[in-house]
Amino acid sequence: MSKITFVDVTLRDGNHTYRHQFTPEIVSATASALDKAGIDFIEVGHGDGLGGSSLHVGRSASSDRLLLEAACRSVNQAKIAVLLVPGFGLFGDLEMAAEVGVKVARVATHCTEADITEQHLRRAKDLGMFTVGYLISAGMASPERLANEAKKLESFGADCINLAESQGHLLPTEVASRIRAVKKSVEIPVGFHPHNNLGLAIGNILAAVDEGATFIDGSLKGFGGGAGNAQTEVAITALKRAGHDIRADLFGILDAADVFGQQVAPAPMPVIDNDSILMGYANVYGGYIHPIKSAAKKYGCDPRALVLRLGERKVVAAQEDVVIEEAQLLAGR
Amino acid sequence: MYKIRRNPRFDLRVISGIDPNSEGLARARDLGFRTSTNGVEAILEERVQIVFEATSAKAHLANAPRYKEAGIFAIDLTPAKFGPSVVPCVNMKDCSDLTNVNLISCAAQATIPVVYGVNRIAKVEYAEIVATVSSLSIGPGTRQNIEEFTLTTQKALSDLGGASRGKALVVVNPADPPIIMRNTIYAMIKGEVDEVAIKHSVNNMVEEVRRYVPGYRLTVEPFMRGDHLMVGVEVEGAGDYLPAYAGNLDIINAAAIAVAERFCDIPKKG
Repeated sequence: MSKITFVDVTLRDGNHTYRHQFTPEIVSATASALDKAGIDFIEVGHGDGLGGSSLHVGRSASSDRLLLEAACRSVNQAKIAVLLVPGFGLFGDLEMAAEVGVKVARVATHCTEADITEQHLRRAKDLGMFTVGYLISAGMASPERLANEAKKLESFGADCINLAESQGHLLPTEVASRIRAVKKSVEIPVGFHPHNNLGLAIGNILAAVDEGATFIDGSLKGFGGGAGNAQTEVAITALKRAGHDIRADLFGILDAADVFGQQVAPAPMPVIDNDSILMGYANVYGGYIHPIKSAAKKYGCDPRALVLRLGERKVVAAQEDVVIEEAQLLAGR
Repeated sequence: MYKIRRNPRFDLRVISGIDPNSEGLARARDLGFRTSTNGVEAILEERVQIVFEATSAKAHLANAPRYKEAGIFAIDLTPAKFGPSVVPCVNMKDCSDLTNVNLISCAAQATIPVVYGVNRIAKVEYAEIVATVSSLSIGPGTRQNIEEFTLTTQKALSDLGGASRGKALVVVNPADPPIIMRNTIYAMIKGEVDEVAIKHSVNNMVEEVRRYVPGYRLTVEPFMRGDHLMVGVEVEGAGDYLPAYAGNLDIINAAAIAVAERFCDIPKKG
């Protein structure tokens, strides 16, 4: 049985669901409840990480600094984490995060582009943070390719590798083969971040843990891009049932889910709606759910056809402009 | 190299690197050019008038004072920012200091003409650009300097584009077949927006860029998307050496040639 470090991403990935409108109040109440429940890492910020607030992917209601300060003030034992995508976030953002008390930096890039993370992994290390090399859309590359990329992250000084399956496309056996390949190629711990488009988020976590993943991501009420993440309270309960060693307390995490639910009410939990199912099927990045729905409506095309086109074009995260372009093209036909 | 070779105004004297196994040097040798692995020394020995430097920011900062001392005009394709920044169709005529100019980044070369085109009609309060490039078209230099690449592009949106504030986003896409470099420009504008005048101005800038980068084109005409303007441009490379998808490399090389031609146009002292 494994000892699991649980990373709750409600306050970062969940911001996609909430259109990046989290306020310091929501962050403070939720982080405090997660801290009391015994969650290890709490990730906070814009859905696309530090510096993500933009016309391109969506403007935040609050600055990165205000959200992070609110989070750092609200915890006693948990470590606050940030996501930084090089090309979006800058050194100044990392320095600000370190200054307000953030202890973990997850430096993220598309799963085939690890060598773009070197500068920011090293900078985060220099700032004294625990660093995670984070590979986005891990279902878009083979296990062998992921193993190679993970090796690069390790050589840049990452303390841990995280495979993010941002599309909810992979089946448990496919997750297992990827974790296995990465585990074999590096000495550092390996983590996993699922999405739920095909209803497999929790099953995929169990498969990942069976292959030796020891860092697991989830979010309260499943808030997160597309059909959402693995629901933290379900993942923790399932991991406990499977006999894994996990610090979070059962009642505590159920309470945290309630606290967060009240904070964001009346926003409903993400559901696996028809567009999300197709996104999982066609391997399309979950963060596109809102852009797809609004572009399809605005330009008058079938969102399902739009999802399939985006899958054919193999768009990666942060190509919101292509969503609009394809919607315009489809509507013109 | 291919662009210089094609241009009758230039006489390509030496191509110098440091790696004896470099594929680029081998190609240059095959074409009959003098090559060297002596780096900057070979350039200084040859007493050239212009040097195109495509090494790294660090290397250029070390070499730049030596070029200056030798009276060689340096066109810097690294993010070193030793000399003033230039986008040929935007500020070349203001460029009187012809000792060293910096070409910022491919993303800046592709997007600043549009920001400038909007800003000369209506004050741009905030400009945001997203440059999406194919994974195969960005080399180790850019990857290890992604911070400088993003930051210098961002700064140039204000310094050259005229926006009050700027933000640059860089996305790398590994799709196979590789995607052509695409750029999306967003602008928040102060006061009333005359869409027709902006369209006209942006179209003119695109034509200006096309004079030195034929593969540059508008893909999304300027339109108001909620409270901001959105424009799309893509850059298809000339396919000289690198495949057509690598428009990002083509545009910065073409800009370098345009700057070099400008240098030839200016009467020299003595």
